[in-house]
Amino acid sequence: MDFILQPWPWFVSGPLIAIILFLFFHFGKNFGVSANLETICTMAGAGKVSDYFKKDWKERDWAIVFLVGLTIGGYIAVNYLSVTTEIDLNPITVNELADLGFADAGKTYVPNEIFSIENMQTLKGFAILLIAGILIGFGTRYADGCTSGHAITGLSSFQLPSLIAVIGFFIGGLVMTWILFPLIFG
Amino acid sequence: MKNLRFLIIGIVFGIVLSKSEAVSWYRIYEMFKFQSFHMYGIIGSAVAISAIFMYFFKIGKIKDYSGNQINIKEKEKGFVRTLAGGIIFGLGWALAGACPAPIFVLIGQGILPMIVVLLGALLGTFIYGLLSKKLPN
Repeated sequence: MDFILQPWPWFVSGPLIAIILFLFFHFGKNFGVSANLETICTMAGAGKVSDYFKKDWKERDWAIVFLVGLTIGGYIAVNYLSVTTEIDLNPITVNELADLGFADAGKTYVPNEIFSIENMQTLKGFAILLIAGILIGFGTRYADGCTSGHAITGLSSFQLPSLIAVIGFFIGGLVMTWILFPLIFG
Repeated sequence: MKNLRFLIIGIVFGIVLSKSEAVSWYRIYEMFKFQSFHMYGIIGSAVAISAIFMYFFKIGKIKDYSGNQINIKEKEKGFVRTLAGGIIFGLGWALAGACPAPIFVLIGQGILPMIVVLLGALLGTFIYGLLSKKLPN
C-alpha cells in the first residue's frame, strides 16, 4: 500500500498509460482527449454559429463520461491515494524557478504564482490562464491532436503527421520556457 | 449504463496522470529545460509499449471487444497545419503546464483556476471552428 501512496516512477506510469490506450481501442474508440473539447463546444450550441460544430454530440456522449472520470480520478488520487504532493525536482530547476520568482518549487503539483485564487483575480494572472487555454484549444484542433492523440497514439502507430506535430509541440514549449517565461515572469 | 466503462477508464487515467506527476506544471517545465528524464521516461515507455499493441491491432491479432478489426484513425495530413498547430499548442502546454487531459484531472484535484484554462481551451477550439476554412491547411 505504501508504494501506491508514494509518487509512481516513470516505468510504472508509462506502461499504465499504454494500457489505457489499449482499453480505448479494445472498446472501439481512438485514444485522444482534445477532440472532446470540440464535443463540449458542440453540446454548448456552437453549431448555431459555425457549421464546423454541426455534429451529433450524442455519438460522443461516452467522451463526456470519460472527462467526468478524469476529474473524479484527480479527486481520488489527491484525497485518498497520496501522502504527499511534494515533487522531487532537480535542484537546478528549483533554483532557476526561484530566480524567476517561483518560491517553493515542487512543494505542490502546480505553482501558486500561477494557480492561486488570488492570482487568478489579477488581470495579468487571469490573462495568463485564459491565453494558455486558448493556445491549447486552438493549437490542438489545428494540429489535429494533443499529447495523447499525437505523441502517444500517433507516434506509436508511426504516423508522420504526429512526428511533425510533436516536433511542433517542442518548438512551442522550448520558446515558451526559454524565451517567453523570463519576459512574462522575470 | 453503457458508458460506465469510459467512466472507469477516465478515473484510472486520472489517477495515473496524478500519481505519475504528469499533471504537474513543474514536471513540464523540467522537461522543456532538459533537467529531468521523468517525462521522457513516461512518454517514451508509453509509446514503446503502445507500438507493440498497435502492431497486433494492425495485423489483426488483437480485435476489439466485439471481435472487429481495430482501425487506427489516420491523422490529418498537412505540414503547415500540423507544425503551426503543434507550435501553438506547445506554447500553451508549457505556459499552463497542462495538456487537455490534465486540465480535467487538476480541476478534480481542486485547482479551481484551471477552470479558466478550460474555458480558454473551449474558446480556442471555438475560434478554430470559426476560422477552420480560412486557415492554411
